[in-house]
Amino acid sequence: MTHPPQGPIPLTLAVNGRELALHVAPWTTLLDLLRLHLDLTGTKKGCDHGQCGACTVLVDGTRINACLALAVMQDGKSVTTIEGLSRGDELHPLQAAFIEHDAFQCGYCTPGQICSAVGMLAEGHAEGPDDIREQMSGNICRCGAYPNIVRAIGEVMGAGR
Amino acid sequence: MRPFSYARPDSLDGALAELAGNQGAPDASAAPVRPVAGGTNLLDLMKADVMRPTRLVDITRLALRGITETGDGGLRLGALSTNAETAWDERVRARYPLLHKAILAGASAQLRNMATNGGNILQRTRCYYFYDTATPCNKRAPGSGCGALTGVNRIHAILGASEHCIATHPSDMAVALAALDATVRVAGPGGERAIPFADFHRLPGDTPHRETTLRPEEVVTAIDLPADNLARHSTYLKARDRASYAFALVSAAVALELEDGVVRGARLALGGVAHKPWRDRDAEALLVGKAPGRAAFAAVADAVLRDAKGHGHNTFKIGLARSVIVRAFEEAAGLEPS
Repeated sequence: MTHPPQGPIPLTLAVNGRELALHVAPWTTLLDLLRLHLDLTGTKKGCDHGQCGACTVLVDGTRINACLALAVMQDGKSVTTIEGLSRGDELHPLQAAFIEHDAFQCGYCTPGQICSAVGMLAEGHAEGPDDIREQMSGNICRCGAYPNIVRAIGEVMGAGR
Repeated sequence: MRPFSYARPDSLDGALAELAGNQGAPDASAAPVRPVAGGTNLLDLMKADVMRPTRLVDITRLALRGITETGDGGLRLGALSTNAETAWDERVRARYPLLHKAILAGASAQLRNMATNGGNILQRTRCYYFYDTATPCNKRAPGSGCGALTGVNRIHAILGASEHCIATHPSDMAVALAALDATVRVAGPGGERAIPFADFHRLPGDTPHRETTLRPEEVVTAIDLPADNLARHSTYLKARDRASYAFALVSAAVALELEDGVVRGARLALGGVAHKPWRDRDAEALLVGKAPGRAAFAAVADAVLRDAKGHGHNTFKIGLARSVIVRAFEEAAGLEPS
């Protein structure tokens, strides 16, 4: 038994606080929806296979890989991308800490790193640098900025306790 | 990704109606209609063109989420509970620390937030040749041959393999579930049934494309953990190429029941070495009545690995497995690693 492909499916989604009514083909990933349909190119496509973490976003506050999520399966949910973290010109504390600690070189992995760190802090299972390294291991930095990434996150984590 | 159609039933009956047409498919993994929940493995394999379902059934609206008491001291893990929810559940941490540790040894935090318990045990091998559609693979294309047997096989099986397939099962969680004697609960057109974990995954034999005993028209609804006395002396030890976020070269889920300094019961399941989590109950029985210690643990390792066979690049796994088994048992027994 085979099934013919299906046309666009209605989808309601809150993206960075904005309620959207969309139509998407079932095979559209959340990552492609954000980048190609909504022009939110802050979320990066690295490997497109869930291995690098560059596409990390928050769905209902939980960090996931947008490349392995179908957009239609997010119906009714709330998505936060790197574009949605600041309040106007006031950076999110993690954004500010990444700048303060020089926690990047090329910057390609940075939106994913920061969204992942926001999710990790919300999960509340990390207590020190070793935990940060372990729980951030789904975000690869090819430039090797890891020491400063850990410092930046550690500073915000310490401030929150 | 090839185009497909999409359904989002809100009940188990609705999902089973969608899957009814799968009857007769050689394996659930090859059926034209596939349930999707976390999607972390399925979508990856669809992008690689390894899996080509024509319809996805989104089962995330089904009431299969949550971790509940079984009534006889065990826990029921909902098929749709995520790996993260399961690992961090306080009851899992207290009563099945081995499972907590195994789940957190696998994948990344993002993937564990997406991946479900049902999907975890149904995930497919990461064999390079299975993923590469330009190469032969008896699992992906039955009868085409095995690229790994004489190819690059560093990550491949040393136990229970066949001339048709030397792929390994990639899950960490499943290794713990094997050690804990879990039961997989599934639902199909004829009602529910329970599959002992040891019978859920198959060895490759001459049909490596048949991976589980789940029927193509069935869905996993839950995984049951029986009550046990294993929490105090148990651990999960994983040897891998990176400190985090890498598949196991060899892993061991071990548990001991100790009484007056003597082993009353022992469990050992190995990951990264076979087509399914590897249990050898005869080898485990060698520990019963013995005092825990390096010699006794080494004897178990030798028994488990008696028929282990390397294929060139992966031959180092035999010695590695021996070390991992001994050290895991030492950790579980509270002994200093020797």
